[in-house]
Amino acid sequence: MLLGDYVGYGADPEWAVTTVMELVDKGAVAVLGNHDSAVANPREQMNLEAQIVIEWTRGELGASQRKFLAGLPLIANDDERLYVHSEASSPASWTYVTSTLEAARSITATSAQIGFCGHIHQPAVYSMSATAKMTAFSPTTGSAVPLLQGRRWLVVLGSVGQPRDGNPAASYAMLDTDTRELTYCRAAYDIEQAAAAIRKKGLPVWLANRLFMGR
Amino acid sequence: MAKPLHEPGVVVDDYRLEERVHIGGMATLWRVSHPGATMPLLMKVPLIGEGADPAAIVSFEMEQMILPRLTGVHVPKFVAAGDFAVQPYIVMEAIAGKTLLPRLPELPLPDAEVVRLGVKIATALDDLHHQHVVHLDIKPSNIMFRPTGEAVLLDYGLSHHDRLPDLMQEEFRLPFGTAPYMSPEQLRGIRNDPRSDLFALGVLLYFFSTGLRPFGESETLRGMRRRLWRDPLPPRGLRADYPPWLQEIVLRCLEIEPAWRYPTAAQLAFDLSHPTQVKLTKRSERLKHDPLTTVLRRRFNQDATRPYAKQALAAQLSSAPIVAVAIDLVEGSAALNDALRVTAGRILATLPAARLACLNVLKQGRLTIDFTLDEQGHNRQIDRLVGLRHWAEPLKLEEPRLTVHVLEAVDPAAAILEFAQNNRIDHILIGARQNSLMRTLLGSVSAKVAAEALCTVTVVRPNPTAAEEKPSSADDSGPSSTG
Repeated sequence: MLLGDYVGYGADPEWAVTTVMELVDKGAVAVLGNHDSAVANPREQMNLEAQIVIEWTRGELGASQRKFLAGLPLIANDDERLYVHSEASSPASWTYVTSTLEAARSITATSAQIGFCGHIHQPAVYSMSATAKMTAFSPTTGSAVPLLQGRRWLVVLGSVGQPRDGNPAASYAMLDTDTRELTYCRAAYDIEQAAAAIRKKGLPVWLANRLFMGR
Repeated sequence: MAKPLHEPGVVVDDYRLEERVHIGGMATLWRVSHPGATMPLLMKVPLIGEGADPAAIVSFEMEQMILPRLTGVHVPKFVAAGDFAVQPYIVMEAIAGKTLLPRLPELPLPDAEVVRLGVKIATALDDLHHQHVVHLDIKPSNIMFRPTGEAVLLDYGLSHHDRLPDLMQEEFRLPFGTAPYMSPEQLRGIRNDPRSDLFALGVLLYFFSTGLRPFGESETLRGMRRRLWRDPLPPRGLRADYPPWLQEIVLRCLEIEPAWRYPTAAQLAFDLSHPTQVKLTKRSERLKHDPLTTVLRRRFNQDATRPYAKQALAAQLSSAPIVAVAIDLVEGSAALNDALRVTAGRILATLPAARLACLNVLKQGRLTIDFTLDEQGHNRQIDRLVGLRHWAEPLKLEEPRLTVHVLEAVDPAAAILEFAQNNRIDHILIGARQNSLMRTLLGSVSAKVAAEALCTVTVVRPNPTAAEEKPSSADDSGPSSTG
């Protein structure tokens, strides 16, 4: 499951989109992120840095790749689970889930038992009890969290390409659908090389620098 | 939704209800049987439905998350959990015997018995804390003992797991716990401090050794909040022959500020196991409540508003290790003993809550009868203790951080390993024996300790140039030992 923003931060958007297309061919599900949407839609509101990268990205992507991005859904469902880039009640508004408030809105917008989103680049797990009380939790890498039945959950994944929780390693999560146990994982990667590529392409240098800090 | 389980004979997922053993405010306990069971089993069924306490379901969810993640002798083994949508339940190992609750009519218990219980419970708590869990409901009815003696802690419905969502914290802003045992910080809604369990254990030790609860039995929030400023009557004020060292330990557990209590359950167990080594402070001398001025200052100078730094449980435990250093006062060269001191000093300087246990092994002959006194009539035990204190003196440790121990044994490595295990030592520092002839003849103590210890072991060697000095310089100020 891929939660969007395949382009817009890195120096190799063509490779990234091609890889996502291949994964989708093999059965992966991908949803649309706001940066992906901005490639085809110049009216998407973005900050200046992001704007610069998107304009450069447009020139890097071929027609089939642009078509692929434009055709991605905002929301995907499988079984009792829902996948969205930002927030489920209004997915095209690109709202950040920063607290139990937005999380509750996202959870109550659909009937899914477990929702997954990204957008904010910081891992968090929200739950809503049968009596609509919310809890928030910062997960520990490698420590499984049971997503209990009887409550509904919103799982905010970190970011693979640009984590912002202070840990520069790529962030993703695994869900065991039988035991409903969720485990956050981190993978170290060659940041030097990724950052060098960003600088070499003349993209905003902050995008390269922040990779080292995970900010 | 769930149909309530009521009667013996009902079968749920192959578990047959045999006998209802307990009805509590939040759950019912049944003895159950199962065709494949390898041990006696208990089933816990939460009270849910109309009119049930909303906390019941949340605390059941907490236990359902926490119990399967716990291991070891100090917790009941988790067996199975029911599907929440059908019939929520937890099946766990039934521990034989009774909790501490039926012993209340016997109180006060003899001091030695209270200390024995205290060591066991503190050891169990240390194990639990290392599994990232603060129990938060330590009281007699939640403590049992295995036939082999280890304490088992029951009921994780109010517990906090540092790596799982705290559903209790988020849903109920009011404190949950058992009134007489609840720590001041728990009353303020703080749920992630392992020292809250040490406070509860302090209440239990006070109660079991005096027959009185230190903060009474008030169940009202107002009554409970008194402990934020009102100190309990010192046990020696109740009983003239109460041991000062035990009062020191109990009152340290009952400190209002968590930072003034023991930093870890292991350190509490250590003091309970070594009464003669307990540093007696003002606490041990008190016979009365604190004066009114002190109480009023606490009352109206409340730190309730003070921000409470959140520290991960694991980090808090690892910042307060018990370090043991094995000093060879006889053959150890000055250079080696200096190197051991430097290494110990480095660890203690970075970790202000760490403590140091200095060990020396008084070797016993396998066949000979050993005399306590040497030829000059010196007590060898005492000589060694003096030697250890002398070794540690340059570290300038405040007294509660330092203890000295002479172990009498035939096999020094085995004695060090046993001490480390019994006292939940986190880190052993030991010197490598340099004299190669001795090493060939006697084997290497450090190698055996390093290979067999369950904790971290650092084998220390002096700087090669320093090691070339004559070992005789070691003894110019130290006591001479004949080993």
